Parts: sequence; structure tokens; C-alpha cells
Amino acid sequence: MNILVCVKQVPGSNNVEVDPITGVLKRSGIASKMNPYDLYAIETALTLSEAYGGSVESITMGPPQAKTVIEESICMGANKGTVLTDRKFAGADVLATAYTLSQGIRKAGEFDIIICGKQTTDGDTAQVGAEVAEYLGIPNVSNVLSVDSVKGKKVFLTVSLDEQIVKMSVKMPCLISMENDVNSPRLPSYKRRQGLKEDMVSFLTFADFEDQNADHYGLNGSATQVERIFPPEKNTDKTVIEGNGEEQSAALFSLIQGKKLI
Amino acid sequence: MYNKITLTDVEQLKKISGDGNVFVGDEINHDYSHDELGGIEKMPDVLIKVHSTEEISAIMKLAYQRTIPVTVRGSGTGLVGAAVAVEGGILLETTAMNKILALDSDNLTVTVQPGVLLMELASFAEENDFLYPPDPGEKSATIGGNISTNAGGMRAVKYGVTRDYVRELTVVMPNGEIMKLGARVAKNSSGYSLKDLIIGSEGTLAIITEAVLKLVPLPKFSVSLLVPFPDMKSAIEAVPYIIRSKVTPTAIEYMSRDTILFSESYLGKKFPDTKNEAYILLTFDGNTDEQVQNDLNCVAELCLSIGAIDAYIVDTEERKKSVWSSRGAFLEAIKASTTEMDECDVVVPGNKVDEFIKFTHNLAKEHNIRIPSFGHAGDGNLHIYICRDDLDDKKWEEKLNLCFDAMYKKAEEIGGLVSGEHGIGYAKKGYLKKQYGDSHIAIMQGIKRVFDEKNILNPGKVCF
Repeated sequence: MNILVCVKQVPGSNNVEVDPITGVLKRSGIASKMNPYDLYAIETALTLSEAYGGSVESITMGPPQAKTVIEESICMGANKGTVLTDRKFAGADVLATAYTLSQGIRKAGEFDIIICGKQTTDGDTAQVGAEVAEYLGIPNVSNVLSVDSVKGKKVFLTVSLDEQIVKMSVKMPCLISMENDVNSPRLPSYKRRQGLKEDMVSFLTFADFEDQNADHYGLNGSATQVERIFPPEKNTDKTVIEGNGEEQSAALFSLIQGKKLI
Repeated sequence: MYNKITLTDVEQLKKISGDGNVFVGDEINHDYSHDELGGIEKMPDVLIKVHSTEEISAIMKLAYQRTIPVTVRGSGTGLVGAAVAVEGGILLETTAMNKILALDSDNLTVTVQPGVLLMELASFAEENDFLYPPDPGEKSATIGGNISTNAGGMRAVKYGVTRDYVRELTVVMPNGEIMKLGARVAKNSSGYSLKDLIIGSEGTLAIITEAVLKLVPLPKFSVSLLVPFPDMKSAIEAVPYIIRSKVTPTAIEYMSRDTILFSESYLGKKFPDTKNEAYILLTFDGNTDEQVQNDLNCVAELCLSIGAIDAYIVDTEERKKSVWSSRGAFLEAIKASTTEMDECDVVVPGNKVDEFIKFTHNLAKEHNIRIPSFGHAGDGNLHIYICRDDLDDKKWEEKLNLCFDAMYKKAEEIGGLVSGEHGIGYAKKGYLKKQYGDSHIAIMQGIKRVFDEKNILNPGKVCF
């Protein structure tokens, strides 16, 4: 069974400041790391390959230095990985990112299961996984809590639907997005880091892709444009409402009503 | 010898502290009769939630005049009964004195009230780009309690213990006098250091009401390494090699698979690796990534050359949390794994850690009793727990005493001491007396008398 994990390099700290004038993230001097949500996807992939055999590969889109997240996935146990990098890919929104990944995946190989994390810590859209599946024309399942078994050409999953947990099966090839905190991701191994070899990481650019229309990638291929980024207003005002449940709910109601929120 | 608290006393105490802060008899929750380990129990007659130095001074003036015993308590996370009012009387709880009063970036100090929790102090320091290095596993302990035991925690290998970070203390003496001991200075050769006598005195000499603590600039980079070994013997034997390598990790902790599994079941959270019998957990910090990576590489290579199975890199906030939160819960996890337990926190010379751990393993076999342990392999401070499991009262008492006697004797033989950071309190007095002998204890008792001639402050502890 061939498994592919989609990963992303994100800022190393959750406290990245936004320049209040330019609206740009102050990334300089901030170390980067693997998107924490992707670690659950990698752990799921490695556990599956241990149980059913086969290989685990990873893929990412980003600048050349995004190679480090592919290397990190290899240190965790993946066999190899691919970086999709080209100036033409810059400025991509979720749609263009998903399209670029789908083009890269077609080129990188044939996979039975593609596993994504729930979302990223810097984008938080949770849309890329589903859109990649759409572009590849394969079934997608989001909010996966566990991959329970693989039988024949089917994967059996436990999935969270907020109010309910459902057991379902999906035909391979498929794409699944793992929920947060569903396993305990293994740590990168120093021994594997020492064993890293150049040919374990491949690079693909626009020139390698099947679709050679540059308007489908990066800023040009994006359906949305960011007009302005600004930090949310900080508000530390606090009102404590005391009393029993009835008194508290009445006071809360009149407070919200007074602010004309309802 | 002590006076019983009368209704008039209670009225006066209420005048000093306010009605809502003074609790008597049934109004006092049973939790105030014991500390975290719970082996020593006694209800205080009066519990007072104190709020200021002046208030504590007024209470002590009354207690001194009336010869009423007073015991101070922070969060109650102690393990040797030091904060239990064994003679009854007044119990002062300092948790409401929980303000961080000032940050002095010029002199690198922070001024705190005694009820500030260690986790609050740690995050305040980090938010301001500083590090308060002492790092005991019990993050919900108060800084007042921490100074009173001189607990050092997990970064002692590189940064030292709490004593090294206390610059000045405001204290209330047993007669109610308010004094400042030490100063906001880096050096001090001005007579006997009374401040240093207060540190580690477990609330027997004076009451700490304010502390000025030294901070260090927050190291810009920090990474941990979790090193699995096939067995505890090889894990512990690796520690002297690491120390000799001259790389100075901030922490070197050892842990067994059993202890990790207890913590998994206690926290309901999986540890990143439980395939191996024993682990060493190290942290390296520094101001450049290169320096930290060099230290990490050096220790990883060393460990692999002497039998480590691998070396796992713990480099992001999420990974550090997944590993260190388990480490922080070991004590509670072992406690939850048994019916009752007692603890031994001996400190031995760094190169004797492996000998002592092997000794406890043999002891467990010899007496057929469970003795899990974990601790600070780098500084020789071990936390060893004797678990009762299903033993009856008689067998438990018998085996516990035999094991304790043997362990404290062994620690002394190899140049160790009774306690590395949990203190003597009430529970370990016998072992301290046995090790130090009459002359040493007599000097301690003399010091106690100079500070507290009526013996009203935390009586029955440490050396009495």
C-alpha cells in the first residue's frame, strides 16, 4: 500500500505578530516548523504502513527551504518526499494551493491513501485536503478519528460528525483528513536524521507539471485575494455576573440586549 | 506548653484579618489537615487566609503574646508534612498573596508575594523574555513553599537551585517584627547570611512575605532529547559519560517505561514512545541554534556509542509539551497506581546515581515490594516511591521501615544526604537526626531558638 502525506512548513511560534501598518506577518527571525496538525497524519500513515506494509511518502508546496519538513517526515519514518517549488506558485490561496498539490501528486506517483492534517496553524482554512481530492477525482473524508482497518480495496474509518461518531468505509484511492489530537505522533529520530540522503527528497517545479497554463497557479490561479490583514482588537474588559442560574441568565440577556447584539 | 485558642483570640484574629478570612472548627476543610502525600494529619484550630505582611505581623504579635503555635501553608503540595499544624493552633494560608509586584529589568529581578505559583512565575518571566531557572515538577506549588524547601527542580544541572536565585526576603519574625534580609545586590559578604538560613528552613524560623528573585535572560533556543535504552542499568550508566563530555544540559532526567505507562493512564494521554524499558530525557539551551544543535549532536552520538537504541528529538512546543507534561505528572501518576505510598528524595553524588538506583531495584526484589522511581539523574536527586499496593497495615509498616532504613543508610554510605529538595518536615526528622548526629542537630536547634525562643513557628519540624 502506498501512502502519501501532505505537510506544510509554518511559523515556529503561535505568537507571530502582524505589522499593524503593512498587515504583513512579521516572519523575519521566526523559526519555522512542521504544521502540528500534520504530525497526526504522519503518525496515522506510519502506523498503517507498519500494519499493512508499503511505503510512506510526504509532499509539500513552498519555498526550497520547505525541504526541512520533508526531511522531518523522513526522520519520523517516511521513506521519501517531494517539494513542489516555483516562483509561479507564490501567493496561492486554498484553491490554487490545492490545484498545485494535485498536479504534484499526479507527478509524484500512484497512491492508495493520501492523508492530510485537519488544517494549518497559519491558514486555518481546513479546505485544502477536500479540494485536492476534488481535483484528483477521488473520494474525500474529513474529520477522521482513526483508520481502523484496510480490507481489499476499502479503508474502514471512524469519523467525527460533531454530534455523532460514525463508522464508514471508503474505496481506495482516497484522501482523508485527520482530526486533531487523535494519536501520539512519534518523535523524529536522530539516527534517521544521520541517515538522510540527498535522493530522499525530490523537487518538482512548474516545468514538471502536466498542466502548463501558468494562470492556474499562484496568485493568478487564486479565486480569492487578500485585501488586508490586521490583528484583532485586543479587549480585556471583563464583566462578572453573579447570582443563581436564573439571575445570571436574566442579567446576561439584558446585557446582550443593551449592546444591541440581539 | 502552648495555650489553646480562645473565643477572644478568634475575635481578635477576625479584627486583624476580617471575618471572611478566619475559619474555625467545622468551617475548615479537611484538606488543611494534611499535605499532598497525606501521611501526617492534624487539623488546625484556626485557618486564616492572609493578605499582607502587616496582617501577618499583627497575627504573629498576638500568637507570640499568647504562645499559640502558627504554621504557614502555601498550596499544600509538600510531601513530608512540613505544612501540617502538628501542634494545632493557627494555620496561615498564603495563596491569596499571589501578586507579582515588580519586574526590575535593570537589575534582572522580579519581586513576588509568597503565594505566586511556580507556573505563574515561569510564564510571567517568559512573557518578558526572562527565565526563572528553578523548575520543580510540581508547578502548582507556591514560591513561598519553594523557597522554604529550597527545591531546585529539573534545571539544577546547569542553573543551580532556588537558593541561587533569592536576592532578598521580607519576613515576619515569630514576635511579629518585620525584617528585610539580603538585598537587591549580586554579591554579599556582609556578615552571616540570615536570608540563606530562612531558605530551606521549612517555615520554622520566620514567615516569608515577599521575595526578590534573580532572573536570567531567556535562552533563545532550547531543545530536548529523549534517549531510549534497552534497560535502566544502561540508561543510568550513561549519565556519568554525559557529564564527563563537558556538554552542560539544563536537565538530565531518567524514567522507566513503567512510570511512563502510569502517567499515560493517569493523564489519559499517550507518551510519544513506550517501546523501550528506560529513557533519559535531556534539555539543552543556548542563544544560538548552532550551539544547541552541537550539544544535542554530541550527546546523541555519545549515547548511541554506549548502547542507546536511538535519540528522539523534542524540538517544538507541541513535542516538548507531550514529553514534559508527562514528566511533570509522574508523582501523581505513581500515587494513582497504588493504595498508599511514601517517598524518599535522597540526593547522592552524581557519579553514584547508578549505584543507588540498582540498590533500590535489589531492595524491591528482596522485600517483594514495588519501588518505582524517577528523578534528576544529572544532579543526583532521586525520587523513589515505595508503594503499598495490597499489603495489610502490619506488613506495610514493616516493609516501609525496612526499605527506608536501608535506603537512607545506603545514601549516607555513598556520600549522600536525606533530602535533595522535598525537605525534612515532620516525616524525615528521624533520618536527619540519625545522619547528622547530636552536635549537628544541636546547632540547628540553637539557631531555631535564636529566631523563635518560644518555639511557636511551625513547631515539631526539621530538628525538633
